[in-house]
Amino acid sequence: MRTKRAAVLAAVAALALGLTACGDDAGEETGSGGSDKSFAAGSTMERLNEAQAITIGTKFDQPGFGLKGLSGQPEGFDVEIAKIIAAELGVPEDKIEWVETPSKVREDKIADGSVDMIVATYTIKDERKERVSFAGPYYEAGQNIMVKKDDTSITGPESFQDGTKKICSATGSTPIEEIKKYLKDVPSQLVPFDTYDKCRDALQSGQVDAVTTDNVILLGYIADDEDAFKLAGENFTKEPYGIGVKKEDTEFRDFINDILEKAYADGSWQQAWDDTAGTFGAELGTPPTIDRY
Amino acid sequence: MSVLIDKFDVFASGFWLTLQICFLAAIGALILGSVVAVLRISPVPPLRALGTVYVNTFRNLPLTIVFFFAAFGLPALGTNADFLRIPGLDIVFSRLGTDLPYFRFALIALVLYTAAFVCEALRSGVNAVPAGQAEAARSLGLTFIQNLRHVVLPQSWTASIVPLGSVIIAMIKNSALIGFFGVIGDLSQTADQLTSAGGEPFIPVAIGISIGYLIMTVPLGAFLDRVERRQAVAR
Repeated sequence: MRTKRAAVLAAVAALALGLTACGDDAGEETGSGGSDKSFAAGSTMERLNEAQAITIGTKFDQPGFGLKGLSGQPEGFDVEIAKIIAAELGVPEDKIEWVETPSKVREDKIADGSVDMIVATYTIKDERKERVSFAGPYYEAGQNIMVKKDDTSITGPESFQDGTKKICSATGSTPIEEIKKYLKDVPSQLVPFDTYDKCRDALQSGQVDAVTTDNVILLGYIADDEDAFKLAGENFTKEPYGIGVKKEDTEFRDFINDILEKAYADGSWQQAWDDTAGTFGAELGTPPTIDRY
Repeated sequence: MSVLIDKFDVFASGFWLTLQICFLAAIGALILGSVVAVLRISPVPPLRALGTVYVNTFRNLPLTIVFFFAAFGLPALGTNADFLRIPGLDIVFSRLGTDLPYFRFALIALVLYTAAFVCEALRSGVNAVPAGQAEAARSLGLTFIQNLRHVVLPQSWTASIVPLGSVIIAMIKNSALIGFFGVIGDLSQTADQLTSAGGEPFIPVAIGISIGYLIMTVPLGAFLDRVERRQAVAR
């Protein structure tokens, strides 16, 4: 009995070894990155690597950052950053599932686990830290003002304090709330539209004197028509964009922060910018300092 | 749900603006709609054709397109709709008098669109009056206007009131679009303001907004039911 059991065990062990060997070979042949990475047991990274799939939330309507065009795949700086992270997790690009996460639903989507992380022009804010954890920042945007090229009367948000100039922004956005602080009389100075395209048209036809939102979006319009528009002054807010992960998932957050620092060093961060939002003519500048709070 | 109490002033000011534009648009649409209805039932063929073209145009266009034409077409034509800066009225409805024209543009769009439906509601009432009534009035020598005023309209009113009320209720709900066409601070826009920018949870805010609209529409519906009942007794 005893010898028989030992023989069975040996046979099983041999089979298992053989199978493992086969698995390794197959892995090398197809070049799958999954098997050569190892992560701490029970971590988010291990789970995603094992599953060989990741669900990432991004914007589908933000030119330069996350825009889903005719190709059907989102494109932009956020998307490239997300791809760098997925690659480090050993998840191939075609296994990424992109989910649209407009500003309203970002915290909810992270909390209920329907996305693994969010890279969606997501400004790091204290009130948001109560529901999600942020890696990054990987970019620092700022609010600015776009005026007609020949306009010298507007030099910054203070130009609106006398109550005569009119300004346009997008309904429900952070910039529209921010500019309210500088206005003397909101109903007679502020115009909301659902998209910035309409704001630009209103500026062109002279119904408003300026358009305000994040500098990158404005630079996109200026790049389209350099003879018509310009920025009025410097950015007057700081909007550090972070990567949202499940609250208190510190391991995953540290992991992403390490990847970002690596991407700063090896130039892939700069490359991602040059391929996307950088084509609007905006400078990326020096990498923002990672905030390991 | 604390957002309903904490941000009550935001909801209240949104409610007030929506109420303002709905009140003005309802009056405008009732007047314009009546005129178009008279055109459509008038004995003069070119006027009838004019009324028909109006109704078929505005009833069959999506409201967003009408808003779009008002907000971007009118400026292209070089007008800021300044004829709506009616002295006196702009004290109560301060948005009518501002340099920014978008409140007036939105009002024009709502009036033009709703008037088509008002016209049809009135006309359905007129059609409900037996043809013999109008023929009898004509045989007595009443003119078209006299005929309408003394014979047809008093009887058609009964049949018109309920569809007319539905048209106005639909218009109140349609006014939720104005926030996307340049008017700051209406009731449904406060939702965006509180959730996207203010970080408030979405569902309590949506409930607050819904209550705001229901406060406007439910009493109107109840009032219509009452009118209908009283008229049923009178008949």
